[in-house]
Amino acid sequence: MSEQALPIEAFHHHDEEGTRLGFWLFLFTELLLFGAFFIIYSVYRSSYLGDFKLAAESLNTTIGTVNTIILLSSSLTMVLSLDAIKRGASGLSKTFLLFTIALGTAFLVIKGFEWAAKFDHHLFLQTSNGIAAGKGSPLLNPGAEMLPPGQVLFFGLYFIMTGIHALHIIIGAVWMLIVYAWTARGSINKDNYGVLERCGLYWHLVDVIWIFLFPLYYLVA
Amino acid sequence: METAGSQSYLSTHTSSRWNRGLLSWFMSTDHKRIGIMYGFTMFSFFGLAVCLGLLIKLQKLFPGSSGWEIIPPEMYGATFTLHAVIMIFLFIIPGAPAVLGNFMLPLQIGAKDVAFPRVNLLSFWLYCFGAIMAVVGILLGAADTGWTFTPPYSINTRSISIFGGDFDSISWMLTAVFILGWGTILTGINFIVTIHRMRAKGMTLFRMPLFTWSIYAASWIQVLATPVVGISLIMIVLERVMPIGFFDPTKGGDPILFQHLFWIYSHPAVYVMILPSMGLVSEIIPTNSQKPIFGYKSIAIASCSIAGVGYLIWAHHMFTTGMSDTASIIFSFLTFFVAIPTAIKVFNWLATLYKASITLTPGMLFALGFIFNFSIGGLTGMFLGSLSTDIHLHDTDFIVAHFHYTMFGGAAFGLIGGIYHYFPKMFGKMYSMKWAKASFAFMFVGFNSLFIPMFVLGFYGMPRRYQTYPDMPIFNHFQMASTIGSWILGIGVVLLLTTWIRALLSGEKTSEMNPWNSSTLEWQTATPPTLYNFEEEVEITRHPYDYETFREEVKKGTSIGATNE
Repeated sequence: MSEQALPIEAFHHHDEEGTRLGFWLFLFTELLLFGAFFIIYSVYRSSYLGDFKLAAESLNTTIGTVNTIILLSSSLTMVLSLDAIKRGASGLSKTFLLFTIALGTAFLVIKGFEWAAKFDHHLFLQTSNGIAAGKGSPLLNPGAEMLPPGQVLFFGLYFIMTGIHALHIIIGAVWMLIVYAWTARGSINKDNYGVLERCGLYWHLVDVIWIFLFPLYYLVA
Repeated sequence: METAGSQSYLSTHTSSRWNRGLLSWFMSTDHKRIGIMYGFTMFSFFGLAVCLGLLIKLQKLFPGSSGWEIIPPEMYGATFTLHAVIMIFLFIIPGAPAVLGNFMLPLQIGAKDVAFPRVNLLSFWLYCFGAIMAVVGILLGAADTGWTFTPPYSINTRSISIFGGDFDSISWMLTAVFILGWGTILTGINFIVTIHRMRAKGMTLFRMPLFTWSIYAASWIQVLATPVVGISLIMIVLERVMPIGFFDPTKGGDPILFQHLFWIYSHPAVYVMILPSMGLVSEIIPTNSQKPIFGYKSIAIASCSIAGVGYLIWAHHMFTTGMSDTASIIFSFLTFFVAIPTAIKVFNWLATLYKASITLTPGMLFALGFIFNFSIGGLTGMFLGSLSTDIHLHDTDFIVAHFHYTMFGGAAFGLIGGIYHYFPKMFGKMYSMKWAKASFAFMFVGFNSLFIPMFVLGFYGMPRRYQTYPDMPIFNHFQMASTIGSWILGIGVVLLLTTWIRALLSGEKTSEMNPWNSSTLEWQTATPPTLYNFEEEVEITRHPYDYETFREEVKKGTSIGATNE
């Protein structure tokens, strides 16, 4: 065993199509993950139809629409970034990537203001310790002002589903920063843009999920 | 000249930075090393959970009125929960795909590794992390929800740490299962892509060995079902922290909805456990019969249709929850339907044995034990799948006996048989035949005398998950028979683990390529396999179980794989 041992990576051939297949499967599991939420949503919507409509009215459709437009535009800039790198224009690709990150951040900021407004109206999720301490919100604290169960479920699902969606946006944005750095370094280029492509696919998935969240929470009223 | 790749994977390091000691294993992306690491971890947990099972059975030796108490009532729930969580999430769900799938799948299709070796290592790390989290969580907090985490109990119960004070053991466990779930999803994706993209030249889909086929079917279930249960378990965690009431009836939620979401995963998951073991049996039986497996294509297709139909029958776990009669009837029908592909497999194995020259190797004994036990498990499943008998047998020891027959007598026997079968190939060491056969004898006799009485007990109304039972002859006698059976089984498990450990430490070294004379590809390479699995590009020219051609090839010295020039 005197000779230099070959690192195992030496025979790892890079199979772009296989990687893409694997990534699509991963995206599918993400879809199923949200699918469980959509099932829960539809079950409770059918049993608390009136409450869901009332609660949905308290959400601001204008803000929701603005956010939808922002996210859809970010998908466009993502595609443009991929298109630029395919043509070899890595500078342009980086610019579009920055646009995409900026739009994603804008979405999060607007979402944050929206959540803050809900908190101002005492609509927030609360830990059981907080309830025990008497720091009640009308959403959850038993008392005269407590909302009916259907609305509690609506807001519970709203915060958790948009929360997990926001988490995905953050992951996507961080990933784009990495892709940006790699493009700047030159390891993502005209001939090797698989990572950027997969990052784009992930971003579109996050986008598509919002396309479903938006009507379910904002437009049903 | 000898290159690094032509050395055994056991002696060669796989990464230039960590080349010796434990790190050369723990940082290795080599599928063979990862498989073996899974094996060691899983069987350590298996030993631990067997001990807990023996304790549970010891508790049942005498009725409560005798004053005999091994596990106090308040700890009994925690004991069987720990037993179940370890056995299900840490042993049998990773099971055969994690150990033998990782090791043998690339060898069986003539690949050098899996499609994403680094993701494979990540899966193993996730498994270790989740396992530590689950065991620490449950040991510190003594959660007693059972492995199904059924709300509202799992939402409202608070467990007390053994060190005093609050310790949210259930949330820990749920998060751990979520992490374990992502590990299995990644493994599933990895195997699917490997099978689609990395088959050797000439290895068409219908030339793949049947173990590969079963792994393929099981991987699809892992990918399609695990995310749903993952998010449902996370919702229980959220509800424990922030009482929204998704599954809490006092807050407008629907606990039955959780059961649906849970079983949408957990029923297909039983096929994740059983399919790979069936695949192993389909490898062991033709090898030790020295003839082609009967109905190769029908077994391959049966694997896939079990995976497909298995997805549609989850609610047969819920006949007593008060869901609609129409739904119950449909689910009951589909439950009977899934018996068809399963029975096809059993008949194919039996037909393979017909007029064969059978060698009773330890692997073969466990495979035959699998068929016997699994048939009992499958047929008693039919009792439970029919609506009216299920009302009587639901939540009794009958159920416990039924799923142990499929999971232990079936899935685990298949896995153990598979490990006996592949042991010489994996380690280049041979175990003692005498000890191996003794371990089978004790495990088979012990297993059956442990669980057959439980069918009777359940039929006479002994509820499951009860710490004690009334002092009545019918209960006393069968409980005692069952406990004595557990001791025989315990001896069997000790013999099994000692046989393996002894073989690893001081077993006879062997470099024989093909000790059982098997015709499939994984045997046509060095023992133990070299780092790159095959020295040259492999080309497949025949059916995996074509023993006639195989014997001619052996005579001419040109068996597939062509590693023995």
